[in-house]
Amino acid sequence: MKIREIAALLEARVLSAEEELDEEVHEVFCCDMMSDVLAFGTNQSVLITGLLNPQVVRTAMMLDMHCIVFINGKEPTPEIVSLADANSIVTMVTELPMFSAAGRLFDTGEFDTGE
Amino acid sequence: MSALSFHFDIDGEDFSSAGEASVAVKKKLRQLGFPSDVIRRCSIAMYEGEINMVIHANGGTADVLVEPDKITMILEDHGPGIPDVELAMKEGYSTSTEQIRNMGFGAGMGLPNMKRYTESLEIDTKVGVGTKLTMVVCV
Repeated sequence: MKIREIAALLEARVLSAEEELDEEVHEVFCCDMMSDVLAFGTNQSVLITGLLNPQVVRTAMMLDMHCIVFINGKEPTPEIVSLADANSIVTMVTELPMFSAAGRLFDTGEFDTGE
Repeated sequence: MSALSFHFDIDGEDFSSAGEASVAVKKKLRQLGFPSDVIRRCSIAMYEGEINMVIHANGGTADVLVEPDKITMILEDHGPGIPDVELAMKEGYSTSTEQIRNMGFGAGMGLPNMKRYTESLEIDTKVGVGTKLTMVVCV
């Protein structure tokens, strides 16, 4: 699925790296603990999180992730957005909570569940 | 390619800048053309180490030695040391504060992750003196 389609499904506002919106992604990881993302999310390309700090972007960078979705309408700081932008990572904000955001993507059947 | 080495001072005061050395190492390894899984394993292991130094030890130094067949990362701090290394290696065991957990770390996965992604992890630690970690990733 293209990142652009994820933004549409989640009714999300894109904040950075708009030039990457046509990038194809196949896996999603949902987590607020960056240590767990580093341990278990190594083949993932989209991170859905409620955590807001620059380490979310650095964690995504370490794992070569392409996209970060911030849930519950939580707005990242300009520092977070510009760090993501400088590293070609798409960030977006959705008003949806974690369960609904993940559910909408899961329902498409287009993502590898990693089970 | 002969051996290359890089040195970094890790600032212990600023959590938001933690990880900058790991990002720099990742970029250098990419420029040098290492395979992506090697780059990823080095980046994650070093990032966990860097975060640990900021959380627990008020910063320290990182030295990275790059050779064609392996990458060695040496992280050294003058923090409190690790009283029980075996316990610290257990997944989920953490001495971090609530404040650190609120920032997304301190899940007790740092050292286990470093071991998971490297071929060897040596821990040289003394309570009250500091900790030196030597990690090797083979190409």
